[in-house]
Amino acid sequence: MTVALSGIEVARQLGPRFPEAIIESSNQAIVVKKEQLTAVMDYLKNSPELSFSFLSDITATDYFDYFEITYQLTSFEHNHKLTVKTRCYDRNKPVVPSVTGLWQGANFMEREIFDLMGIEFSGHPNLKRIFLWEGFAGHPLRKDYL
Amino acid sequence: MAINTETFILNIGPVHMSTHGVFRMKAVMDGEVIVDIEPVFGYLHRGIEKLAEQRTYTGIIPLTDRLDYTASMSNNLAHCLAVEKLMGIRVPERAEYLRVIMVELQRICAHFLAIGAILNDCGAWGTPMMYMFREREKIFDLFEMASGQRLTYNYMRPGGVSQDVPEEFMPALKKLIAQLPGYFEEYDQLLSKNEIFLARTKKIGILTREMAINSSASGPVLRASGIKWDIRKADPYSIYDRFEFEIPTGETGDCFDRYWVRMQEMWQSLRIIEQAVKQIPEKGEIRSKVPALIRPPVGEVYTRIESPKGELGFYIVSDHSIAPYRYHVRSPCLINLTTLRDLVIGWKIADAIVIFGSIDICMGEVDR
Amino acid sequence: MAAMQNALTNTVFLNAIAPDWPGGFWWHWLVFSLIIILFVMGIVIGLVFFERRVIGFFQARRGPNRTGPFGTLQLIADGIKGLLKEDIIPSTADKLVHWLAPIIAFFPVFLIFAVIPFANGAMLVDLNIGVIYILAISSISTIGIFMAGWGSSNKYSMLGAMRDVAAVVSYEIPVVLSAASVVILAGSMSLNQIVLAQNIPYILLQPLGFLLFFISGCAEINRSPFDLLEADSEIVAGYHTEYSGMKYLAFMIAEYSEALAMSAIIATFFLAGWKGPLLPPWLWLIVKIFAVFFVMIWLRGTLPRVRIDQLMALAWKFLFPLAILNLIITGVEVLVWPAGLPWVAVPINFAITAVLILLWSRLYKFGWGRVEVHRVEQS
Repeated sequence: MTVALSGIEVARQLGPRFPEAIIESSNQAIVVKKEQLTAVMDYLKNSPELSFSFLSDITATDYFDYFEITYQLTSFEHNHKLTVKTRCYDRNKPVVPSVTGLWQGANFMEREIFDLMGIEFSGHPNLKRIFLWEGFAGHPLRKDYL
Repeated sequence: MAINTETFILNIGPVHMSTHGVFRMKAVMDGEVIVDIEPVFGYLHRGIEKLAEQRTYTGIIPLTDRLDYTASMSNNLAHCLAVEKLMGIRVPERAEYLRVIMVELQRICAHFLAIGAILNDCGAWGTPMMYMFREREKIFDLFEMASGQRLTYNYMRPGGVSQDVPEEFMPALKKLIAQLPGYFEEYDQLLSKNEIFLARTKKIGILTREMAINSSASGPVLRASGIKWDIRKADPYSIYDRFEFEIPTGETGDCFDRYWVRMQEMWQSLRIIEQAVKQIPEKGEIRSKVPALIRPPVGEVYTRIESPKGELGFYIVSDHSIAPYRYHVRSPCLINLTTLRDLVIGWKIADAIVIFGSIDICMGEVDR
Repeated sequence: MAAMQNALTNTVFLNAIAPDWPGGFWWHWLVFSLIIILFVMGIVIGLVFFERRVIGFFQARRGPNRTGPFGTLQLIADGIKGLLKEDIIPSTADKLVHWLAPIIAFFPVFLIFAVIPFANGAMLVDLNIGVIYILAISSISTIGIFMAGWGSSNKYSMLGAMRDVAAVVSYEIPVVLSAASVVILAGSMSLNQIVLAQNIPYILLQPLGFLLFFISGCAEINRSPFDLLEADSEIVAGYHTEYSGMKYLAFMIAEYSEALAMSAIIATFFLAGWKGPLLPPWLWLIVKIFAVFFVMIWLRGTLPRVRIDQLMALAWKFLFPLAILNLIITGVEVLVWPAGLPWVAVPINFAITAVLILLWSRLYKFGWGRVEVHRVEQS
């Protein structure tokens, strides 16, 4: 049975290493500041007791004040999973660091979020629209689109 | 041998016999060899995620049917599991067994189509595909008895299934599972040792272990590379922990292994159906008491199941209204396509079609 | 040497009847030209019907069974449909080449039938270099196909046409060498003499030659499993992608006529052409043609197709050495038994065939693998 790691536990483990990175943590998820996102993800992927080698999903949600990007991570060796979130408060030009350097599978997932939500991922090798055609104006999944 | 050659761009698709739907590959080619490839899709984008924000939870189920239209029952199941996890509903016994039977029959159906399509791409002029469609028709008859539909079933509901199966369903099902092993062996004999098929698929498009995990590939693509990860065993949902079955894995991760894993998975699905038919309670409720308009409490959930194409996940954020606040589908076909570029470069166009067919995508799910 | 020549002359050449019916040079030419044209068109209709029904039978479905009694007039229905369609020419196509290509691909097939005997002496002309004539004429259609690929200004068509040229050039050699073995056995290149010399059908005396000729013949006429020139699932329709209406039908009928010609040649070389006990000779020929064609349909319905480099590897590494060995062995046998091979040669030849095929299938490898390319930066 895959154990869903509690965010509070992971926050306690990460606390000493990344002091200001964690904004809040609950049983469901752990919220990380977007500036330290790459460092935290690198640690989550490469540390031997966590070793989240598999990225299941990246999603973005539009809560009117901020965008929340959710990462679902899974580890094959230890058979546990974790939800990591990050928030982006800028509505006009939201930028979040990309994790394609760590998990190549994030390539299409981040392009989809760019296409439908308008969040840019810095460091993405090929950030262009994936479903809608070039020249489409707007980002449909935002709450203020229609 | 230094001949100066120039590359040219060839568009494979979107209207093409073997692109499994409307899918375009912009291939930069040097003669017959593919130097670079860029997949372009979005021709079937219908905005299901945005539509779902305006429909009730039960009304989204027909939308999920049309995601991976070759495996509708799996999509329905994933959605219902997500809603049940949000609301904390327990599903009655008979409904659980009916769900498992439907989903495993659907897995056999979808794998028939996948294998038939791989062979069609290899150039066997439809003969294996026609044989497999003959069996699919028999399974469609069963589904029609249960839900009245042949392709997009709309059968599951949060809390159970929508209606009980008629009396002729169980005898027909038992007759079919007695016939299926004969058909599986016939296809194995016809296909697995065929010299030309082996020459077309062995050692072609090898996906290494590290690349598979890094690219978030899942399903038969992942298992063909040697990684024993099946969500039905690793993170069991519904009542899968009551059944005995194995997880077939491949060794090298070439096209032949992806085909072979699907063949073996069909055998395992048959095993699960036989056990379910023995264990299913004769009578029982088929849907627990659920309000007509579902209003889950505030929260979010990410549920995943093992669909025939891979890890199908649904991420639902609810804000206590009758429609979800955010509805996201983790599409296995889209994520499996991340591997396409690494797999295809360096091979010829004939191999590119076979590799693409062995990843086995369904455009309804890629584009949503 | 003289004894051998006399033996052959005595047994074979005296039985041939010179083609002369109904009398007079021009009447003979007119009647037989008409017979050939009607024969080809009629049998092609029958072949199309036969193929589509039999393939349907292989695939657990019925074939066409509506047009005409039992669906026999399917090709006529297709022909009418093709005539009524709009003739689309791509605007960047080379118009003359595009227009000429179906004609050049189509008409050489009729020429092949000039030398195929329907009965003893019933042929348009009894060329004493019949075999060379056939092999030369059957290569003309390749030019037509390449013109089609070039004139369409379509990359898919170019790919298909290039593949076709490579395939046909590679497979000419096993075809010629297998035909040469038959000629050595029969002692003459005229097709009527070859049929007359077959007291034992050559399929029994030359199983290896038959297999080589059959496989190479299938590759020459682009039938499955070598139909990668019109590979439906890869390059849409290969060289005839940009053709519509009657021109497309011309290519299709050309393909079936070539299949008919190849079946007729195989029936003449290996199955003793028009020889047979009860039925009239031309009916025997038709029966044998359908038998050979049935095997071609069987291959099409069962096997997936090979890739282009596997195709050429098969020709050069597998069929070509075996064809040379076949020629040498046939020559040795003719030297040992100059008066014609006895029945004991049949099991000997089968044994040699089995050994050679087993040996070769262990030795060579089917095509090469991945090509190293420099990674292009993602744009």
